[in-house]
Amino acid sequence: MSTPQHNMSLSGEPPATLSTTQKVATGIGWTGVFIFTLAIFNLQLPQMFLWLGLGLISLGVIIFANDQYYGKPAGVKNDGIWFKSMTARGVLAWGTAILLTLFYVVLYWFPQYLGYNPDGANSGLVGLFDPLSRFISGQPASQWFVYGTFYTLAILIFGYKFLLKYRHNKYEVLRTFSVMFFQLGFAFLIPEILMRLNQPYFNPVNIWPLNYDLFAGYKLSEFFSAGNIGLLMLFFGIASIFVITPILTYFYGKRWYCSWVCGCGGLAETAGDPYRHLSDKSRATWKFERYIIHTVLVLVVVMTIAVIYSFLNENPDQFWLNKNVFLLGSAAFLVLLFGLIWIFKRHRLAKDAKKGAIISLSIVLAIIAAFYFSGMTYGYLLRQWYGFLIGAAFSGVIGVGFYPIFGNRVWCRFGCPMAAVLGMQQRLFSKFRITTNGGQCISCGNCSTYCEMGIDVRAYAQKGENIVRSSCVGCGICSAVCPRGVLKLENGALEGRINSEAVLLGNDVDLLDLIRQQKKATRDPHSSPFNS
Amino acid sequence: MSTPEHVVIIGNGIAGITAARHIRRISDKKITVISAESDFFFSRTALMYVYMGHMKWEHLKPYEDWFWEENRIELKQAYVEKIEASSKMLFLRGGERIYYDKLILATGSVPRFLGIEGEDLKGVQGLVSKQDLELLEENTRTCKSAVIVGGGLIGVELAEMLHTRNIPVTMLIREKAFWQNVLPLQNAQFISRHIESHGIILKHETELKEIKGTNGRVTSVKTSAGEQIDCDLLGISVGVKPNITFLEGSEIEIDHGILVDPYLQTNITDVYAIGDCAQHKEPKNGRKDIEAVWYTARMMGETVAQTICGKPFPYNPGHWFNSAKFFEIEFQTYGYVSANPGEHEQHLHWEHPDGTKAVTIAYHPENFRFFGINTFGIRMRHEVLDRWLTDERDLEFILSHLREANFDPEFYDRYEKEIFSSFKHQVRERLEH
Repeated sequence: MSTPQHNMSLSGEPPATLSTTQKVATGIGWTGVFIFTLAIFNLQLPQMFLWLGLGLISLGVIIFANDQYYGKPAGVKNDGIWFKSMTARGVLAWGTAILLTLFYVVLYWFPQYLGYNPDGANSGLVGLFDPLSRFISGQPASQWFVYGTFYTLAILIFGYKFLLKYRHNKYEVLRTFSVMFFQLGFAFLIPEILMRLNQPYFNPVNIWPLNYDLFAGYKLSEFFSAGNIGLLMLFFGIASIFVITPILTYFYGKRWYCSWVCGCGGLAETAGDPYRHLSDKSRATWKFERYIIHTVLVLVVVMTIAVIYSFLNENPDQFWLNKNVFLLGSAAFLVLLFGLIWIFKRHRLAKDAKKGAIISLSIVLAIIAAFYFSGMTYGYLLRQWYGFLIGAAFSGVIGVGFYPIFGNRVWCRFGCPMAAVLGMQQRLFSKFRITTNGGQCISCGNCSTYCEMGIDVRAYAQKGENIVRSSCVGCGICSAVCPRGVLKLENGALEGRINSEAVLLGNDVDLLDLIRQQKKATRDPHSSPFNS
Repeated sequence: MSTPEHVVIIGNGIAGITAARHIRRISDKKITVISAESDFFFSRTALMYVYMGHMKWEHLKPYEDWFWEENRIELKQAYVEKIEASSKMLFLRGGERIYYDKLILATGSVPRFLGIEGEDLKGVQGLVSKQDLELLEENTRTCKSAVIVGGGLIGVELAEMLHTRNIPVTMLIREKAFWQNVLPLQNAQFISRHIESHGIILKHETELKEIKGTNGRVTSVKTSAGEQIDCDLLGISVGVKPNITFLEGSEIEIDHGILVDPYLQTNITDVYAIGDCAQHKEPKNGRKDIEAVWYTARMMGETVAQTICGKPFPYNPGHWFNSAKFFEIEFQTYGYVSANPGEHEQHLHWEHPDGTKAVTIAYHPENFRFFGINTFGIRMRHEVLDRWLTDERDLEFILSHLREANFDPEFYDRYEKEIFSSFKHQVRERLEH
């Protein structure tokens, strides 16, 4: 490099970017946050402070978003993102990450500091939310209700901002309305209302294995004691895993869930949107990602089998299902699934994916055998540890807390077992792909930079290759930020979906043909899908 | 075993790097890429996004740094001062010498200047290289207003970049509307309107006459209309020219660019030239002799790789295509839509009332054969249009199948019906007259 770099970017700082209106909006929003901070100090705040706090935060974000996007031409506006402290891992980003992380730590492990009191009246922040909680579910608030309210509010108000930012793109608009709807209706209101009706807390779109509690002993007891409705819920939960999910993924790819329905995805797409470019695209991270996410999947499978096994062990007379039959059945199911994939889709898998699958299956089968022969029941303990390590520490603390540092899909990308399951379905049998108009690609890198899942989209686009990566959540932003219209999310025929022999158009047809042949002949079995 | 042949490539742009990658794919030759501009290959077309803060410099590198070693492509940051073809030797600045068996010149282009007095003042610059971008950062640190000369792609990029830093921009455009030497007038006016809607001032049919400065820095310009415009930055974007000054006095035959035959070989055996710096002695398919376009540079890289690896291949590009973006409006073109159609070409224009979408189709007025299409704000599928051009489809076929070529994201509004009825109307009117 010929000149020394003084700055994070090649081109240094632009002029100050906050307008007066935006400064005022920031003030309004933070006043709202301040009110909730006051509540933490255990002050008995009047009821109106709750509404005032929520209102001010919403108002602040809405005014800010309006000033930022309204009255300006619709189109992708990422100006200055890498110059701003908040979105370029500056002081503000680190501060926000640390604050969020601390909030999660308190929320998960020290809710009493938020004023949560399971044995008496709530105080502080949780107490402030009591009236709202009573209004919806008829019960006093818990720390989870407070969190759920903030979470939903974040998706709604930042969803509004997202809608303004991408208003020229109908795919983004519909998708955002969808995540807002599912968060408000299905994730927030329906479970609370079910509680009011004395039914089990149940969110129909929170599907196992993301919802690792679905088969927890306490949950199963709840379902079974709730009569037909409980059984219906359990049945729906199981059908979601084995029937609904695979069918929808076959037609639309995993995006129907990850970026249209899921609450984790919902928050990532709305509140997390300003951080999407921070995800690491290096090959090293990609390798790490595949190991870690599938490890979590193995963990959740083992944990779930153990939990159900323990439950059957403790209630042997209540069910037709014998604990050992269940174990053998689970093992048989996994072997069958593996066998089918091996027979029909083996040629679609890379060498290390095959190795990983064999190792994973062996581990699960070994643990099942250990259960079978020892009769041990570590189910609850395992669930506790899974809940602590994955459910709380990974998905919450790291997953959201680190948005401003590692990007908005840390959890979805590295930890979500649901994403791993859907990813396999998407990779192996789905009509979904991102088609590339590779001839028109200028390798600018906008697509890769703004891929929240850390996929090096450009590596495919500049080769003219369709993208069928299992991690792709189909957010559509790569297509939106492409200045040449090179990428398109599509559901189409399975035939020709994977076109690794593609060559870039525009050349002499004889040459294209020759290159295609050479590509086939020299395909290095060790090469990664990156950059080859 | 004998040592492998040494292929040296001067220039690490898309042309040189594509050649290197394809040579590596099909051979075991020793490959060295020499560049004075940057350590690693980067996407020149994306320089603007770094300035605008969409991306950081490292995002411009399409390949991670390990890629080159893993693929045994040696990168060398150095400046080639002289080529001695008789001894196949390169003389680098600093005295180092490199022997080559095959040499590929992919030195790209440099901004063209107008030869007006004052172009060497501080604050006057073009935008092609990484160094130009660094200079722009320097030059706009305290910039209050800017003038850009030239209504082309680099001009509008420059305008968009400065716009994000809230620097007022005036553009001097020689033609009646933006990029009118390439676009039909209606398209050009459509783009002019869009650029103006962002507050950029366009002075059409205006040229730069004088540059004024004090203390070695530009302060204002005078236009051909006699107007004086104050500015701290003067962007020159009237085009680029091949970067070949270091070849003057060598045996390699040059004109505007490095002259090459259909095999991309220069007058000297084993010396080839590709990309922006190459000038075709016998351009094919009605193409220009110098095409400073990303896509053609890539194609030449692919072609020369075959020739060098023992499969002599003439450069014979397929159907013309190109793309660009003017602020929010994406532009794609397939086939040829002439800026000034003669009597053997007719155009159909459609424009959406919101001013962000337009389509122009060129065809032969007698046999209705389809020549090409310009689309603005509507994405098209390259593969489909390429096939239609090969199959020599006629206008009726294009219009009735336009939907198949659409590449817009899901749920987008479709305009094929509107376009179809508007065009039907236009054709009927023409036939009646």
